[in-house]
Amino acid sequence: MSTLVLLTLTGLGLGALYFLIASGLSLIFGLMDVLNFAHGALVTAGAYAAWRLTGHLPFAVAIAAAIATGAVLAALIETVLIRPLYSRPKDQILVTVGLGLALPALVQGIWGADARQLRAPRQLAGTVSVLGAKVPTDRFVLIAAAIVVLAALKLFLSRTRYGLVVRAGVEDRAMVTALGIDVRKAFTLVFAIGGALAGLAGALGGVYFGSVSPDQGTSLLVFGFVVVVIGGMGRTDGVALAAAAVGLIQQFTNYYAASGLGDFAAVAILAVVLLARGNRDGARRLIRRAA
Amino acid sequence: MILELDDVRVTLGGSHILQGVSFSVAPTGVTALLGRNGVGKTTTVKAILGLVPRTGRIDFGGDPVHRLRTHEIVRRGIGYAPEDRCVFAKLTVTENLALAERRGSAHAYDLVYELFPELKTRGAQAAGTLSGGQQQMVAIARTLLNDNRLIVVDEPTKGLAPKVVTEVAEVLERAAERVPMLLVEQNLALVRRLAGDGVVLAAGQVVHCGPVRELLADAALTQELLGVGQARGENVTLYTRPAPSGGSTHALAIVKDRQPPDEVSPPESTRSDAP
Repeated sequence: MSTLVLLTLTGLGLGALYFLIASGLSLIFGLMDVLNFAHGALVTAGAYAAWRLTGHLPFAVAIAAAIATGAVLAALIETVLIRPLYSRPKDQILVTVGLGLALPALVQGIWGADARQLRAPRQLAGTVSVLGAKVPTDRFVLIAAAIVVLAALKLFLSRTRYGLVVRAGVEDRAMVTALGIDVRKAFTLVFAIGGALAGLAGALGGVYFGSVSPDQGTSLLVFGFVVVVIGGMGRTDGVALAAAAVGLIQQFTNYYAASGLGDFAAVAILAVVLLARGNRDGARRLIRRAA
Repeated sequence: MILELDDVRVTLGGSHILQGVSFSVAPTGVTALLGRNGVGKTTTVKAILGLVPRTGRIDFGGDPVHRLRTHEIVRRGIGYAPEDRCVFAKLTVTENLALAERRGSAHAYDLVYELFPELKTRGAQAAGTLSGGQQQMVAIARTLLNDNRLIVVDEPTKGLAPKVVTEVAEVLERAAERVPMLLVEQNLALVRRLAGDGVVLAAGQVVHCGPVRELLADAALTQELLGVGQARGENVTLYTRPAPSGGSTHALAIVKDRQPPDEVSPPESTRSDAP
């Protein structure tokens, strides 16, 4: 029983980390059709910002700095590099892939390739006993952060004018502009929100893994994309469910099958979902034709 | 003139869709943009709004707008109801309207809800679940929420039932009393009822400008430019008649003089797929 509880809560913690990465990716792609391969670099930037400040300043300040770093970098990337390329999607992909490689390389050049230990504050370092299982406290912090972010995103999307613009832009960007709305402001805001969440993911990921490294963000980005594809572009609820599912499947597969197979299982689930969607769409087309 | 186009050209995917379109829109009343399918009417509208890349000069209210981005052009005072309505299907009716709000929109809701009381009762409904006519109401309502100086309406009756066409026509008529309108429409009965001037496009060029009634009165010219016409000696007259239910709604139709008034023929159309 305690093993099940431990695996479940650890899997949900990992899923929460994936959600923090994927929710920004999903919003950015849903609104702007931009596949942001530089998102992992923002995770790394947030992780290193938190690492540099932890021990010198309160951990909350380190987290805030990580969020700010991600947001500012993302806004800069959008305004300077992505915006001029909106009509050139292939060049956009090349730029974000290049940034995704260059920023971690820059981090490696400054602080070295080795992982750096991130010392979480005492309050996060311990464990909490749940039904006999000793669950690391940071898992609860990650889950709580993901729940707060999910609620905040839903409030933003449903209660604010920018949220309304984002939801409309996901459906029909051209029509939003034809209503007199400067959709580029929404683009920058969404990119900054995505970057902020990536920065938060980097900091909390550092706590989860106990260390930060230059390629940590890029490794996590793969699962971020898996979650986005399964959960749906621009669908915050779907992304949250998919993130939890992927985290749980990874943890259980690693424990009950073989260590390392969890990554394979996540990708396998992605393949199954895509195939099922293809069959469902094909079936719908057949039904429409028959009708 | 509220809107002037001079040598506007659009090339999409290597095809020259507009090949030097020039015309003006009167500062009052309705100007109809006519032509057969595929001649570039919708592209002209999109060119005005900057929704497609174009060359040439476009002046709105005396100021050049062809270098502005779409949202800047719209904010100068153009309301746009696009072909196929383009409502945001997952957003509610209220949210669809809220998106169109600009400064000073609050007072305009009274007019919108007076014209479209159904939109008030269906405010919480997802726009994608509305009927075609109701979606058209949302699209037109969005143009009325602001103090626009021009309304551009692209094929507002496309795919609508005759009864709904009449309702839309009445709303457009009321809207045109307040603000000039550029109307892309293939339902000639509606054009005759609403429009003063007409501009006819063919193969991406303007081939005729002038009063709509004169154009439609010339059977040979109508046949030549729009591909529709009437038999020699028949006068095409527009009638409205009470709806079968006895309500206030009127059916809009073109009736040939030789027919008795209760045998109303379907509206003429330049749509090639029309019966």
